[in-house]
Amino acid sequence: MQHRDFTIRELELKANEIRQSIISMLLEAGSGHTAGPLGMADVFTAIYFDTLRHDPENPFWPERDRLMLSNGHICPVLYATMAHAGYFPVEELMTLRKFGSRLQGHPHREFLPYLETSSGPLGSGLSQAVGMAIADRMDNGAATPRTIYCLLGDGELDEGNNWEAMMLGGKEKLHNLLAIVDRNNIQIDGYTEDIMPLDSLIAKWESFNWHVQEIDGNNIQEVINAIHTAKAVFEKPSVIIARTIPGKGVKEFERKFEWHGKTPDKEEAKIALDELRTLGGKIKSEHK
Amino acid sequence: MLNSDLKLNTSIFNDDVEQVPIRKGFGEGLAKAGETNKNIVALSADLTESTQMHFFKEKFPERFVEIGVAEQNLATVASGLAAMDKYPFFSSYAMFSPGRNWEQIRTTLAYNDRKAVIVGSHAGVSVGPDGGTHQAIEDMALMRVLPRMTVISPCDAIQAKKATLALSADPRLVYLRLAREKTPIITTEDTPFEIGKGQIFYRPDGLAQVAIVATGALVAQALKATKSLEKKGIKVIVANIHTIKPLDTALLVQLAKETKAIVSVEEHQIAGGFGSAVSEALAKEYPVPMEFIGVKDRFGQSGTPNELIEKYDMGQDAIITAVMKVIERRK
Repeated sequence: MQHRDFTIRELELKANEIRQSIISMLLEAGSGHTAGPLGMADVFTAIYFDTLRHDPENPFWPERDRLMLSNGHICPVLYATMAHAGYFPVEELMTLRKFGSRLQGHPHREFLPYLETSSGPLGSGLSQAVGMAIADRMDNGAATPRTIYCLLGDGELDEGNNWEAMMLGGKEKLHNLLAIVDRNNIQIDGYTEDIMPLDSLIAKWESFNWHVQEIDGNNIQEVINAIHTAKAVFEKPSVIIARTIPGKGVKEFERKFEWHGKTPDKEEAKIALDELRTLGGKIKSEHK
Repeated sequence: MLNSDLKLNTSIFNDDVEQVPIRKGFGEGLAKAGETNKNIVALSADLTESTQMHFFKEKFPERFVEIGVAEQNLATVASGLAAMDKYPFFSSYAMFSPGRNWEQIRTTLAYNDRKAVIVGSHAGVSVGPDGGTHQAIEDMALMRVLPRMTVISPCDAIQAKKATLALSADPRLVYLRLAREKTPIITTEDTPFEIGKGQIFYRPDGLAQVAIVATGALVAQALKATKSLEKKGIKVIVANIHTIKPLDTALLVQLAKETKAIVSVEEHQIAGGFGSAVSEALAKEYPVPMEFIGVKDRFGQSGTPNELIEKYDMGQDAIITAVMKVIERRK
């Protein structure tokens, strides 16, 4: 797709719109996850509106990059970003989790075929991405220009299947594979380091022979730069540990693990939308 | 008499009948299938020779992926390959794949509508001395319950090779169940094979009193049991049902109507397996008395294959007893 280049400021406003959609759709759905989707809005915006080779008007374009969402429960941000990118009407976001909707509670590609995979049960996205990267290399050789993205949660790394995938990715030196970990330090039962310590994540991935970058995942410029750096690495797969603030963009939700798996009520949604529309109180008239 | 239309091996009743491991037919079939279907890739979890994938690996090293001892990764990497239009065949012992990686198979392959072949080698108690941890007797139940899954359990090495070639020409999501031990060769190169079509291997002179429907390595046992039964004056049909899903219901109903008594034979737990599938179909279409040969809610143990088949009541004597019992029940 030859999409136009956006400035970082434009992308930030795009992420803000996506966050508004997330709040609205979760309020309408009445169940789902809030903190993760809000925290990852900047990463998704950077990918879908800048680095990803894709074409929403021709979603099955064979040459496209692939994007696997492993932690399927943050799908509100995937759906919202895809809608804003033009895959389907933004109004359809209000059907999230409803009977007959293409936007299933966890992503199901039988309902929404533009998805590269179905997900929900944690820990199996990276392995699928490894398989895709191996297939891509079989077909296009080491010079393949394609990137297979896999977005993972940090709590999800408790699952052993991930570490099997990391071993194989490192062994096969899959430079066309890019994992992005949402390092927001929360999972359902609490903070990750209390539930099952993950640090040092950097040392762990490095020891599995991955190229590791740690960035501020709520800084769109940093996300884009890190993806470009990852693409320039030829001898191994890459991982970006994106430190994000869960609930980012709504002060009342930020950094609270309680918001991992619940949705805002009407009052909370209004506060959140007001905050987003005024860009956190920076402007008086609401940004739409 | 053996069904002459199927060009079966006429020496099947001889003591010195040729015996070949069923898994070997798969290995040879895969290497051959790789020539015509360029999308086929093979994945192994540190059991390449055991599962007979070395034939393919030697011929197509660039299309072979060694995953290591990681069966969850085995299934999910295969799903990723399938997403990019490869047709993965991935193998391990049935106990580990589909035993350990059931949810990965459900979500990333079946739910995702991917085409791939799950090759479960070393199924059944006939794995022998390795003991109960390595004897998959729940695998058909685990696989047949999944939407979109085909389940095939060939009766000998030649049929395993034909099944592999048929799957190469007609890609789908399938569980292919194989046994480790040498198994008598029942079919020949000229015996037809069609996925989903059961085969009447043996018909008595005159009216049959019971139909034995068998799958996998025990088909040979069922055939051999006919001789002892005939000495007792009992006439039976033996059908080889190599495809457990989709089940050849038309053939089963035909047999039920003809004999009014069915015995199912499988090297698997009775609960949820092949016999269960047969009874589900017949209960709806044409219920008749039925007896089940299989493992009765127990785990296996070490021993020779023959010792274990006898111990768990799946040998010829058990089949004969079941036939007598079902005749009694029909009266």
